Amino acid sequence: MRRHATLVVGATVLAIVVALAIAAPWISPDPMRLAPADRLLPPSAQHLLGTDHLGRDVYARALYGARISLIVGVSVAALSVAAGLLIGLVAGYWPPVDLVVMRVMDGMMAIPAILLAIALVSLNKASIFIVIVAISLPEIPRVVRLVRAVVLTVRERPYIEAAISGGTRGSKIIWRHILPSTVPPLIVQSTYVIASAILIEAGLSFLGAGVPPDIPTWGNMIASSRLFIARAPWTVFVPGGALALVILAVNLLGDALRDRLDVRLMRRVS
Amino acid sequence: MTVTILRRLLSVLPVMGVVAVCVFSLLHLAPGDPAAIIAGDNATPANIAAIRIQLGLDQPIWWQFLVWIGTLLHGDLGTSMFWGDSVFSLVQQRAAPTISLAFTTLVVAVSIALVLGVLAAARAGTWIDRFVMAFAALGFSVPVFVVGYFLIFLFAIQLRWLPVQGFTPITEGLWPWLRNLILPSIALGLAYVALIARITRTAMLDVLAEDYMRTARAKGVAVRPMLFKHALKNAAVPVVTVIGNGVALLIGGVVITETVFNIPGIGRLVVDAIARRDYPIIQGVILLFSGVYVLVNLLVDLSYTLFDPRVRG
Repeated sequence: MRRHATLVVGATVLAIVVALAIAAPWISPDPMRLAPADRLLPPSAQHLLGTDHLGRDVYARALYGARISLIVGVSVAALSVAAGLLIGLVAGYWPPVDLVVMRVMDGMMAIPAILLAIALVSLNKASIFIVIVAISLPEIPRVVRLVRAVVLTVRERPYIEAAISGGTRGSKIIWRHILPSTVPPLIVQSTYVIASAILIEAGLSFLGAGVPPDIPTWGNMIASSRLFIARAPWTVFVPGGALALVILAVNLLGDALRDRLDVRLMRRVS
Repeated sequence: MTVTILRRLLSVLPVMGVVAVCVFSLLHLAPGDPAAIIAGDNATPANIAAIRIQLGLDQPIWWQFLVWIGTLLHGDLGTSMFWGDSVFSLVQQRAAPTISLAFTTLVVAVSIALVLGVLAAARAGTWIDRFVMAFAALGFSVPVFVVGYFLIFLFAIQLRWLPVQGFTPITEGLWPWLRNLILPSIALGLAYVALIARITRTAMLDVLAEDYMRTARAKGVAVRPMLFKHALKNAAVPVVTVIGNGVALLIGGVVITETVFNIPGIGRLVVDAIARRDYPIIQGVILLFSGVYVLVNLLVDLSYTLFDPRVRG
Protein backbone atom coordinates (compact mmCIF):
# COMPACT_ATOMS: atom_id res chain seq x y z
CA MET A 1 0.00 0.00 0.00
CA ARG A 2 2.71 2.47 1.03
CA ARG A 3 4.85 1.36 -1.91
CA HIS A 4 1.93 1.96 -4.17
CA ALA A 5 1.75 5.51 -2.80
CA THR A 6 5.42 6.30 -3.58
CA LEU A 7 4.96 5.04 -7.13
CA VAL A 8 1.93 7.27 -7.65
CA VAL A 9 3.53 10.32 -6.01
CA GLY A 10 6.79 9.95 -7.95
CA ALA A 11 5.06 9.41 -11.28
CA THR A 12 2.59 12.25 -10.74
CA VAL A 13 5.25 14.80 -9.82
CA LEU A 14 7.31 13.81 -12.87
CA ALA A 15 4.31 13.93 -15.18
CA ILE A 16 3.49 17.46 -14.00
CA VAL A 17 7.10 18.63 -14.44
CA VAL A 18 7.33 17.10 -17.94
CA ALA A 19 4.03 18.75 -18.91
CA LEU A 20 5.20 22.15 -17.58
CA ALA A 21 8.54 21.83 -19.38
CA ILE A 22 6.87 21.03 -22.71
CA ALA A 23 4.27 23.76 -22.31
CA ALA A 24 6.84 26.37 -21.20
CA PRO A 25 6.61 28.67 -24.29
CA TRP A 26 2.80 28.96 -23.93
CA ILE A 27 2.49 29.33 -20.17
CA SER A 28 5.39 31.60 -19.26
CA PRO A 29 6.94 34.92 -20.33
CA ASP A 30 10.25 35.15 -22.22
CA PRO A 31 12.98 33.68 -19.95
CA MET A 32 15.70 35.82 -21.61
CA ARG A 33 14.01 39.24 -21.41
CA LEU A 34 16.15 41.65 -19.39
CA ALA A 35 14.36 44.31 -17.35
CA PRO A 36 16.94 46.19 -15.27
CA ALA A 37 14.20 48.29 -13.65
CA ASP A 38 12.50 45.16 -12.30
CA ARG A 39 15.50 43.49 -10.67
CA LEU A 40 15.12 41.22 -7.63
CA LEU A 41 11.35 41.67 -7.37
CA PRO A 42 9.64 39.31 -4.93
CA PRO A 43 6.96 36.90 -6.23
CA SER A 44 3.83 38.74 -7.41
CA ALA A 45 0.93 38.34 -9.82
CA GLN A 46 3.06 39.70 -12.64
CA HIS A 47 6.16 37.61 -11.83
CA LEU A 48 4.85 34.43 -10.22
CA LEU A 49 8.21 33.51 -8.67
CA GLY A 50 9.85 36.93 -8.70
CA THR A 51 12.74 38.19 -10.83
CA ASP A 52 16.52 37.73 -10.69
CA HIS A 53 19.34 40.28 -10.55
CA LEU A 54 18.88 41.12 -14.25
CA GLY A 55 15.11 41.41 -13.95
CA ARG A 56 14.50 38.09 -15.71
CA ASP A 57 11.39 36.13 -14.76
CA VAL A 58 12.38 33.30 -12.38
CA TYR A 59 9.25 31.25 -13.10
CA ALA A 60 9.97 31.26 -16.85
CA ARG A 61 13.63 30.42 -16.36
CA ALA A 62 12.74 27.58 -13.97
CA LEU A 63 10.37 26.06 -16.56
CA TYR A 64 13.00 26.28 -19.30
CA GLY A 65 15.58 24.91 -16.88
CA ALA A 66 13.39 21.83 -16.39
CA ARG A 67 13.79 21.10 -20.12
CA ILE A 68 17.59 20.83 -19.84
CA SER A 69 17.45 18.67 -16.70
CA LEU A 70 14.92 16.29 -18.24
CA ILE A 71 16.61 16.10 -21.66
CA VAL A 72 20.00 15.46 -20.08
CA GLY A 73 18.61 12.94 -17.58
CA VAL A 74 16.78 10.86 -20.18
CA SER A 75 19.51 11.07 -22.84
CA VAL A 76 22.23 10.06 -20.38
CA ALA A 77 20.13 7.09 -19.25
CA ALA A 78 19.50 5.99 -22.85
CA LEU A 79 23.13 6.38 -23.90
CA SER A 80 24.77 4.79 -20.86
CA VAL A 81 22.27 1.93 -20.66
CA ALA A 82 22.69 1.15 -24.38
CA ALA A 83 26.49 1.21 -24.17
CA GLY A 84 26.60 -0.60 -20.82
CA LEU A 85 24.18 -3.28 -22.01
CA LEU A 86 26.26 -4.04 -25.09
CA ILE A 87 29.56 -4.18 -23.18
CA GLY A 88 28.04 -6.10 -20.26
CA LEU A 89 26.44 -8.76 -22.46
CA VAL A 90 29.65 -9.43 -24.36
CA ALA A 91 31.82 -9.37 -21.22
CA GLY A 92 29.50 -11.60 -19.23
CA TYR A 93 29.26 -14.18 -21.98
CA TRP A 94 32.91 -14.43 -23.05
CA PRO A 95 35.31 -14.79 -20.07
CA PRO A 96 38.48 -13.57 -21.88
CA VAL A 97 36.73 -10.30 -22.81
CA ASP A 98 35.37 -10.11 -19.27
CA LEU A 99 38.83 -10.09 -17.72
CA VAL A 100 39.96 -7.05 -19.69
CA VAL A 101 36.65 -5.17 -19.68
CA MET A 102 36.17 -5.43 -15.93
CA ARG A 103 39.64 -4.04 -15.20
CA VAL A 104 38.85 -1.08 -17.47
CA MET A 105 35.51 -0.59 -15.69
CA ASP A 106 37.22 -0.71 -12.27
CA GLY A 107 39.55 2.04 -13.45
CA MET A 108 36.71 4.18 -14.80
CA MET A 109 34.81 3.79 -11.53
CA ALA A 110 37.80 5.16 -9.66
CA ILE A 111 37.67 8.50 -11.51
CA PRO A 112 35.31 10.97 -9.80
CA ALA A 113 32.35 11.35 -12.17
CA ILE A 114 31.99 15.09 -11.79
CA LEU A 115 35.69 15.76 -12.38
CA LEU A 116 35.76 13.55 -15.48
CA ALA A 117 32.68 15.35 -16.80
CA ILE A 118 34.20 18.76 -16.02
CA ALA A 119 37.39 17.86 -17.87
CA LEU A 120 35.51 16.53 -20.90
CA VAL A 121 33.24 19.56 -21.13
CA SER A 122 36.04 22.08 -20.68
CA LEU A 123 38.11 20.41 -23.41
CA ASN A 124 35.30 20.75 -25.94
CA LYS A 125 33.05 23.57 -27.05
CA ALA A 126 30.22 23.73 -24.52
CA SER A 127 27.05 22.14 -25.89
CA ILE A 128 24.22 19.98 -24.58
CA PHE A 129 25.55 17.05 -26.59
CA ILE A 130 29.00 17.20 -24.97
CA VAL A 131 27.42 17.48 -21.52
CA ILE A 132 25.33 14.37 -22.21
CA VAL A 133 28.35 12.37 -23.40
CA ALA A 134 30.49 13.61 -20.51
CA ILE A 135 27.92 12.54 -17.92
CA SER A 136 27.18 9.22 -19.67
CA LEU A 137 30.77 7.97 -19.69
CA PRO A 138 31.18 7.65 -15.90
CA GLU A 139 27.70 6.03 -15.63
CA ILE A 140 28.58 3.19 -18.02
CA PRO A 141 30.65 1.01 -15.61
CA ARG A 142 27.76 0.62 -13.17
CA VAL A 143 25.44 -0.54 -15.96
CA VAL A 144 28.11 -2.95 -17.23
CA ARG A 145 28.51 -4.48 -13.76
CA LEU A 146 24.78 -4.92 -13.41
CA VAL A 147 24.30 -6.53 -16.84
CA ARG A 148 27.33 -8.75 -16.34
CA ALA A 149 26.01 -9.97 -12.98
CA VAL A 150 22.72 -10.92 -14.64
CA VAL A 151 24.49 -12.70 -17.52
CA LEU A 152 26.74 -14.66 -15.14
CA THR A 153 23.69 -15.93 -13.22
CA VAL A 154 21.55 -16.68 -16.26
CA ARG A 155 24.37 -18.39 -18.14
CA GLU A 156 24.33 -21.30 -15.68
CA ARG A 157 20.63 -22.04 -16.26
CA PRO A 158 19.72 -25.36 -17.94
CA TYR A 159 17.97 -23.72 -20.89
CA ILE A 160 21.18 -21.98 -21.90
CA GLU A 161 23.06 -25.24 -21.67
CA ALA A 162 20.36 -26.79 -23.84
CA ALA A 163 20.68 -24.02 -26.40
CA ILE A 164 24.47 -24.39 -26.51
CA SER A 165 24.33 -28.16 -26.94
CA GLY A 166 21.68 -27.64 -29.61
CA GLY A 167 24.28 -25.69 -31.57
CA THR A 168 22.76 -22.21 -31.25
CA ARG A 169 25.20 -19.42 -32.06
CA GLY A 170 26.52 -17.33 -29.15
CA SER A 171 25.08 -14.08 -30.50
CA LYS A 172 21.65 -15.66 -30.82
CA ILE A 173 21.79 -17.08 -27.28
CA ILE A 174 22.60 -13.63 -25.94
CA TRP A 175 19.88 -11.94 -27.96
CA ARG A 176 17.06 -14.45 -27.47
CA HIS A 177 17.77 -16.05 -24.10
CA ILE A 178 19.87 -13.71 -21.97
CA LEU A 179 18.82 -10.19 -23.01
CA PRO A 180 15.23 -10.49 -21.68
CA SER A 181 16.48 -11.19 -18.12
CA THR A 182 18.42 -7.92 -18.08
CA VAL A 183 15.36 -5.79 -18.80
CA PRO A 184 13.75 -5.48 -15.32
CA PRO A 185 16.97 -4.56 -13.47
CA LEU A 186 17.88 -2.13 -16.27
CA ILE A 187 14.54 -0.35 -15.98
CA VAL A 188 15.25 0.24 -12.30
CA GLN A 189 18.87 1.20 -12.95
CA SER A 190 17.81 3.75 -15.61
CA THR A 191 15.78 5.66 -13.05
CA TYR A 192 18.83 5.91 -10.79
CA VAL A 193 20.96 6.98 -13.76
CA ILE A 194 18.43 9.72 -14.57
CA ALA A 195 18.55 11.00 -10.98
CA SER A 196 22.34 10.94 -10.92
CA ALA A 197 22.60 12.62 -14.36
CA ILE A 198 20.28 15.47 -13.32
CA LEU A 199 22.37 15.92 -10.18
CA ILE A 200 25.67 16.01 -12.09
CA GLU A 201 24.32 18.29 -14.83
CA ALA A 202 23.18 20.74 -12.17
CA GLY A 203 26.63 20.52 -10.56
CA LEU A 204 28.37 21.18 -13.89
CA SER A 205 26.14 24.16 -14.68
CA PHE A 206 26.67 25.46 -11.16
CA LEU A 207 30.45 25.27 -11.59
CA GLY A 208 30.25 26.95 -14.99
CA ALA A 209 31.30 23.83 -16.91
CA GLY A 210 27.90 22.86 -18.27
CA VAL A 211 25.74 23.81 -21.24
CA PRO A 212 26.38 27.27 -22.78
CA PRO A 213 25.60 29.92 -20.13
CA ASP A 214 22.91 31.64 -22.23
CA ILE A 215 20.64 28.59 -21.83
CA PRO A 216 18.83 28.76 -18.47
CA THR A 217 19.44 25.69 -16.29
CA TRP A 218 18.67 25.15 -12.62
CA GLY A 219 22.40 24.90 -11.90
CA ASN A 220 23.45 28.14 -13.59
CA MET A 221 20.41 29.99 -12.18
CA ILE A 222 21.70 29.20 -8.69
CA ALA A 223 25.26 30.10 -9.63
CA SER A 224 24.32 33.51 -11.01
CA SER A 225 21.94 34.33 -8.14
CA ARG A 226 23.97 33.18 -5.18
CA LEU A 227 25.35 36.63 -4.37
CA PHE A 228 21.79 37.92 -3.96
CA ILE A 229 20.62 35.15 -1.65
CA ALA A 230 20.09 37.47 1.34
CA ARG A 231 18.02 40.03 -0.61
CA ALA A 232 16.22 37.66 -2.96
CA PRO A 233 16.24 34.09 -1.59
CA TRP A 234 13.67 32.97 -4.20
CA THR A 235 16.27 33.33 -6.96
CA VAL A 236 18.26 30.49 -5.34
CA PHE A 237 15.54 28.39 -3.73
CA VAL A 238 13.17 28.16 -6.71
CA PRO A 239 15.68 26.32 -8.92
CA GLY A 240 17.09 24.53 -5.85
CA GLY A 241 13.67 23.31 -4.75
CA ALA A 242 12.85 22.25 -8.31
CA LEU A 243 16.04 20.18 -8.48
CA ALA A 244 15.36 18.49 -5.13
CA LEU A 245 11.73 17.78 -6.05
CA VAL A 246 12.48 16.24 -9.45
CA ILE A 247 15.41 14.13 -8.23
CA LEU A 248 13.36 12.95 -5.24
CA ALA A 249 10.47 12.00 -7.54
CA VAL A 250 12.80 10.02 -9.83
CA ASN A 251 14.38 8.25 -6.85
CA LEU A 252 10.99 7.39 -5.35
CA LEU A 253 9.90 6.00 -8.70
CA GLY A 254 13.07 3.92 -8.86
CA ASP A 255 12.59 2.51 -5.33
CA ALA A 256 8.96 1.68 -6.06
CA LEU A 257 9.86 -0.02 -9.36
CA ARG A 258 12.62 -1.98 -7.65
CA ASP A 259 10.18 -3.40 -5.12
CA ARG A 260 7.57 -3.97 -7.83
CA LEU A 261 9.86 -5.79 -10.25
CA ASP A 262 11.52 -7.69 -7.38
CA VAL A 263 15.02 -7.10 -8.67
CA ARG A 264 17.12 -9.08 -6.21
CA LEU A 265 20.40 -8.49 -8.02
CA MET A 266 20.21 -4.76 -7.48
CA ARG A 267 21.39 -4.80 -3.91
CA ARG A 268 24.58 -6.60 -4.68
CA VAL A 269 25.55 -4.35 -7.56
CA SER A 270 24.54 -0.82 -6.71
CA MET B 1 46.30 -14.52 4.33
CA THR B 2 49.52 -12.85 3.13
CA VAL B 3 48.75 -14.14 -0.35
CA THR B 4 45.26 -12.62 -0.23
CA ILE B 5 46.64 -9.26 0.86
CA LEU B 6 49.42 -9.35 -1.73
CA ARG B 7 46.97 -10.21 -4.50
CA ARG B 8 44.72 -7.34 -3.42
CA LEU B 9 47.69 -4.96 -3.34
CA LEU B 10 48.69 -5.97 -6.87
CA SER B 11 45.13 -5.46 -8.15
CA VAL B 12 45.63 -1.73 -7.60
CA LEU B 13 48.11 -1.60 -10.48
CA PRO B 14 45.74 -2.32 -13.42
CA VAL B 15 43.13 0.02 -11.94
CA MET B 16 45.56 2.91 -11.62
CA GLY B 17 46.91 2.02 -15.09
CA VAL B 18 43.44 2.45 -16.58
CA VAL B 19 42.98 5.71 -14.68
CA ALA B 20 46.29 6.97 -16.08
CA VAL B 21 45.34 6.01 -19.65
CA CYS B 22 41.93 7.72 -19.29
CA VAL B 23 43.41 10.91 -17.86
CA PHE B 24 46.13 10.96 -20.53
CA SER B 25 43.70 10.43 -23.39
CA LEU B 26 41.40 13.16 -22.04
CA LEU B 27 43.83 15.78 -23.20
CA HIS B 28 45.56 13.98 -26.05
CA LEU B 29 42.72 12.27 -27.87
CA ALA B 30 40.22 15.12 -27.48
CA PRO B 31 39.25 16.80 -30.75
CA GLY B 32 41.56 19.66 -31.67
CA ASP B 33 45.20 20.36 -30.99
CA PRO B 34 45.98 20.22 -27.25
CA ALA B 35 48.69 22.82 -27.75
CA ALA B 36 46.13 25.18 -29.30
CA ILE B 37 43.68 24.47 -26.47
CA ILE B 38 46.32 25.17 -23.86
CA ALA B 39 47.57 28.28 -25.63
CA GLY B 40 44.07 29.76 -25.50
CA ASP B 41 42.02 31.79 -27.94
CA ASN B 42 44.48 34.63 -28.51
CA ALA B 43 47.57 32.55 -29.27
CA THR B 44 49.78 33.10 -32.30
CA PRO B 45 50.96 30.10 -34.38
CA ALA B 46 54.44 30.64 -32.89
CA ASN B 47 53.03 30.34 -29.34
CA ILE B 48 51.30 27.13 -30.25
CA ALA B 49 54.42 25.67 -31.86
CA ALA B 50 56.47 26.53 -28.76
CA ILE B 51 53.95 24.87 -26.47
CA ARG B 52 53.85 21.82 -28.72
CA ILE B 53 57.60 21.34 -28.36
CA GLN B 54 57.56 22.19 -24.65
CA LEU B 55 54.96 19.49 -24.04
CA GLY B 56 56.68 17.01 -26.35
CA LEU B 57 53.60 16.87 -28.57
CA ASP B 58 55.79 16.50 -31.66
CA GLN B 59 56.72 12.99 -30.44
CA PRO B 60 54.68 9.84 -31.23
CA ILE B 61 51.72 9.35 -28.90
CA TRP B 62 52.94 6.11 -27.24
CA TRP B 63 56.27 7.80 -26.46
CA GLN B 64 54.48 10.80 -24.92
CA PHE B 65 52.50 8.40 -22.74
CA LEU B 66 55.63 6.59 -21.54
CA VAL B 67 57.41 9.86 -20.80
CA TRP B 68 54.37 11.09 -18.87
CA ILE B 69 54.12 7.85 -16.85
CA GLY B 70 57.84 8.13 -16.13
CA THR B 71 57.50 11.62 -14.69
CA LEU B 72 54.42 10.55 -12.72
CA LEU B 73 56.36 7.70 -11.13
CA HIS B 74 58.89 10.28 -10.00
CA GLY B 75 56.07 12.03 -8.16
CA ASP B 76 55.90 14.82 -10.74
CA LEU B 77 52.29 15.72 -11.58
CA GLY B 78 53.31 18.38 -14.08
CA THR B 79 53.51 22.17 -14.00
CA SER B 80 50.59 24.58 -13.85
CA MET B 81 50.18 26.67 -17.01
CA PHE B 82 48.88 29.63 -14.99
CA TRP B 83 50.87 29.58 -11.76
CA GLY B 84 54.11 28.21 -13.19
CA ASP B 85 54.48 26.13 -10.01
CA SER B 86 54.45 22.35 -9.89
CA VAL B 87 50.99 20.87 -9.53
CA PHE B 88 52.25 18.86 -6.57
CA SER B 89 53.26 21.95 -4.58
CA LEU B 90 49.99 23.72 -5.44
CA VAL B 91 48.02 20.72 -4.20
CA GLN B 92 50.15 20.63 -1.07
CA GLN B 93 49.42 24.31 -0.33
CA ARG B 94 45.70 23.71 -0.71
CA ALA B 95 45.59 20.38 1.11
CA ALA B 96 44.87 21.56 4.69
CA PRO B 97 41.33 22.94 4.09
CA THR B 98 40.30 19.92 2.01
CA ILE B 99 41.65 17.41 4.52
CA SER B 100 39.96 19.32 7.36
CA LEU B 101 36.64 19.27 5.53
CA ALA B 102 36.97 15.59 4.61
CA PHE B 103 37.89 14.69 8.17
CA THR B 104 35.02 16.49 9.92
CA THR B 105 32.54 15.27 7.29
CA LEU B 106 33.64 11.65 7.65
CA VAL B 107 33.51 11.70 11.45
CA VAL B 108 30.15 13.48 11.69
CA ALA B 109 28.47 11.65 8.80
CA VAL B 110 29.56 8.13 9.71
CA SER B 111 28.61 8.45 13.39
CA ILE B 112 25.19 9.97 12.64
CA ALA B 113 24.53 7.42 9.89
CA LEU B 114 25.40 4.42 12.06
CA VAL B 115 23.12 5.59 14.89
CA LEU B 116 20.26 6.31 12.46
CA GLY B 117 20.70 2.99 10.64
CA VAL B 118 20.84 0.92 13.85
CA LEU B 119 17.84 2.76 15.30
CA ALA B 120 15.80 2.25 12.14
CA ALA B 121 16.60 -1.47 12.09
CA ALA B 122 15.92 -1.95 15.82
CA ARG B 123 12.58 -0.16 15.49
CA ALA B 124 11.74 -1.48 12.02
CA GLY B 125 8.25 -0.56 10.87
CA THR B 126 7.73 2.20 13.45
CA TRP B 127 7.68 5.95 12.81
CA ILE B 128 11.41 6.15 13.68
CA ASP B 129 12.17 3.75 10.83
CA ARG B 130 9.95 5.66 8.43
CA PHE B 131 11.51 8.97 9.46
CA VAL B 132 15.05 7.65 8.86
CA MET B 133 14.10 6.21 5.47
CA ALA B 134 12.37 9.43 4.41
CA PHE B 135 15.39 11.42 5.55
CA ALA B 136 17.63 9.08 3.53
CA ALA B 137 15.49 9.50 0.39
CA LEU B 138 15.69 13.28 0.79
CA GLY B 139 19.43 13.22 1.49
CA PHE B 140 20.04 11.39 -1.79
CA SER B 141 18.01 13.87 -3.77
CA VAL B 142 19.02 17.37 -2.68
CA PRO B 143 22.20 18.58 -4.43
CA VAL B 144 25.12 19.60 -2.22
CA PHE B 145 24.97 23.25 -3.27
CA VAL B 146 21.24 23.52 -2.61
CA VAL B 147 21.72 22.17 0.93
CA GLY B 148 24.71 24.49 1.28
CA TYR B 149 22.86 27.68 0.35
CA PHE B 150 19.90 26.64 2.49
CA LEU B 151 22.20 26.24 5.51
CA ILE B 152 23.94 29.54 4.76
CA PHE B 153 20.62 31.33 4.43
CA LEU B 154 19.19 29.88 7.64
CA PHE B 155 22.15 29.67 10.03
CA ALA B 156 24.48 32.37 8.74
CA ILE B 157 22.25 35.07 7.24
CA GLN B 158 18.98 34.78 9.21
CA LEU B 159 20.12 33.44 12.61
CA ARG B 160 23.74 34.68 12.40
CA TRP B 161 24.99 31.70 14.41
CA LEU B 162 27.80 30.71 12.10
CA PRO B 163 30.01 32.41 9.51
CA VAL B 164 28.75 32.51 5.90
CA GLN B 165 31.89 31.13 4.31
CA GLY B 166 35.67 30.93 4.50
CA PHE B 167 38.26 28.81 6.23
CA THR B 168 40.43 29.32 9.34
CA PRO B 169 43.51 27.12 9.83
CA ILE B 170 43.47 24.89 12.91
CA THR B 171 46.61 26.67 14.14
CA GLU B 172 44.39 29.64 15.05
CA GLY B 173 42.40 27.59 17.50
CA LEU B 174 40.04 24.65 17.51
CA TRP B 175 36.74 26.58 17.66
CA PRO B 176 37.51 29.12 14.90
CA TRP B 177 38.56 26.15 12.72
CA LEU B 178 35.51 24.08 13.56
CA ARG B 179 33.06 27.00 13.30
CA ASN B 180 33.82 27.42 9.61
CA LEU B 181 33.53 23.69 8.95
CA ILE B 182 30.15 22.94 10.55
CA LEU B 183 27.88 24.04 7.70
CA PRO B 184 30.08 22.70 4.85
CA SER B 185 30.40 19.33 6.61
CA ILE B 186 26.62 19.02 6.97
CA ALA B 187 26.06 19.99 3.32
CA LEU B 188 28.73 17.62 2.03
CA GLY B 189 27.83 14.81 4.41
CA LEU B 190 24.08 14.66 3.88
CA ALA B 191 24.09 12.30 0.88
CA TYR B 192 26.78 10.23 2.58
CA VAL B 193 24.66 9.92 5.75
CA ALA B 194 21.70 8.83 3.61
CA LEU B 195 23.79 6.20 1.82
CA ILE B 196 25.36 4.72 4.96
CA ALA B 197 22.19 4.86 7.10
CA ARG B 198 20.33 2.93 4.42
CA ILE B 199 22.90 0.14 4.09
CA THR B 200 23.35 -0.03 7.88
CA ARG B 201 19.61 -0.55 8.30
CA THR B 202 19.54 -3.33 5.68
CA ALA B 203 22.63 -5.08 7.05
CA MET B 204 21.35 -4.81 10.63
CA LEU B 205 17.96 -6.25 9.68
CA ASP B 206 19.76 -9.28 8.20
CA VAL B 207 21.91 -9.73 11.31
CA LEU B 208 19.05 -9.22 13.78
CA ALA B 209 17.21 -12.12 12.12
CA GLU B 210 20.11 -14.50 12.89
CA ASP B 211 19.86 -17.21 15.54
CA TYR B 212 22.78 -15.91 17.60
CA MET B 213 20.97 -12.62 18.12
CA ARG B 214 18.02 -14.52 19.57
CA THR B 215 20.47 -16.33 21.82
CA ALA B 216 22.02 -13.04 22.96
CA ARG B 217 18.60 -11.64 23.76
CA ALA B 218 17.61 -14.85 25.55
CA LYS B 219 20.66 -14.85 27.80
CA GLY B 220 19.84 -11.28 28.76
CA VAL B 221 22.38 -9.05 27.00
CA ALA B 222 21.24 -5.44 27.43
CA VAL B 223 19.69 -3.88 24.33
CA ARG B 224 22.30 -1.22 23.56
CA PRO B 225 25.42 -3.43 23.77
CA MET B 226 23.53 -6.09 21.85
CA LEU B 227 22.78 -3.71 19.00
CA PHE B 228 26.03 -1.80 18.82
CA LYS B 229 28.53 -4.53 19.79
CA HIS B 230 27.11 -7.87 18.70
CA ALA B 231 24.93 -6.89 15.79
CA LEU B 232 26.78 -3.91 14.29
CA LYS B 233 30.07 -5.77 14.28
CA ASN B 234 28.51 -8.57 12.28
CA ALA B 235 26.91 -6.08 9.91
CA ALA B 236 30.24 -4.33 9.41
CA VAL B 237 31.35 -5.78 6.07
CA PRO B 238 28.60 -4.34 3.82
CA VAL B 239 28.60 -1.10 5.82
CA VAL B 240 32.34 -0.58 5.54
CA THR B 241 32.18 -1.43 1.83
CA VAL B 242 29.62 1.31 1.26
CA ILE B 243 31.62 3.76 3.39
CA GLY B 244 34.52 3.09 1.01
CA ASN B 245 32.53 3.24 -2.24
CA GLY B 246 30.75 6.35 -0.98
CA VAL B 247 34.05 8.23 -0.80
CA ALA B 248 33.49 8.87 -4.53
CA LEU B 249 30.42 10.87 -3.47
CA LEU B 250 32.50 12.92 -1.04
CA ILE B 251 35.23 13.59 -3.61
CA GLY B 252 32.71 14.89 -6.15
CA GLY B 253 30.97 16.88 -3.44
CA VAL B 254 34.17 18.49 -2.15
CA VAL B 255 34.63 20.35 -5.43
CA ILE B 256 31.17 21.89 -5.17
CA THR B 257 31.16 22.42 -1.38
CA GLU B 258 34.42 24.37 -1.52
CA THR B 259 32.90 26.64 -4.15
CA VAL B 260 29.72 27.24 -2.14
CA PHE B 261 31.55 27.99 1.11
CA ASN B 262 34.54 29.67 -0.49
CA ILE B 263 37.04 27.25 1.05
CA PRO B 264 40.50 27.58 -0.53
CA GLY B 265 41.12 23.84 -0.95
CA ILE B 266 41.98 21.40 -3.71
CA GLY B 267 38.42 21.50 -5.05
CA ARG B 268 38.65 25.26 -5.59
CA LEU B 269 42.04 24.76 -7.23
CA VAL B 270 40.38 22.58 -9.90
CA VAL B 271 37.37 24.83 -10.39
CA ASP B 272 39.66 27.83 -10.91
CA ALA B 273 41.82 25.72 -13.22
CA ILE B 274 38.79 24.94 -15.41
CA ALA B 275 38.08 28.62 -15.89
CA ARG B 276 41.75 29.17 -16.86
CA ARG B 277 41.95 25.95 -18.89
CA ASP B 278 44.92 24.93 -16.78
CA TYR B 279 44.98 21.29 -17.90
CA PRO B 280 47.98 20.05 -15.91
CA ILE B 281 46.13 20.93 -12.69
CA ILE B 282 42.91 19.27 -13.88
CA GLN B 283 44.83 16.12 -14.88
CA GLY B 284 46.89 16.06 -11.70
CA VAL B 285 43.94 16.51 -9.35
CA ILE B 286 41.84 13.87 -11.16
CA LEU B 287 44.74 11.44 -10.81
CA LEU B 288 45.18 12.35 -7.16
CA PHE B 289 41.49 12.00 -6.26
CA SER B 290 41.24 8.70 -8.17
CA GLY B 291 44.29 7.50 -6.27
CA VAL B 292 42.68 8.43 -2.96
CA TYR B 293 39.53 6.54 -3.95
CA VAL B 294 41.51 3.44 -4.92
CA LEU B 295 43.57 3.63 -1.72
CA VAL B 296 40.50 4.02 0.53
CA ASN B 297 38.86 1.02 -1.10
CA LEU B 298 42.06 -0.98 -0.76
CA LEU B 299 42.08 -0.22 2.98
CA VAL B 300 38.39 -1.15 3.16
CA ASP B 301 39.09 -4.54 1.55
CA LEU B 302 41.98 -5.15 3.90
CA SER B 303 39.83 -4.17 6.90
CA TYR B 304 37.51 -7.13 6.19
CA THR B 305 40.09 -9.34 7.83
CA LEU B 306 39.62 -7.34 11.05
CA PHE B 307 35.84 -7.63 11.08
CA ASP B 308 35.41 -11.08 9.67
CA PRO B 309 37.97 -13.78 10.48
CA ARG B 310 36.43 -16.00 7.78
CA VAL B 311 37.95 -13.77 5.08
CA ARG B 312 41.48 -14.55 6.33
CA GLY B 313 41.32 -18.20 5.14
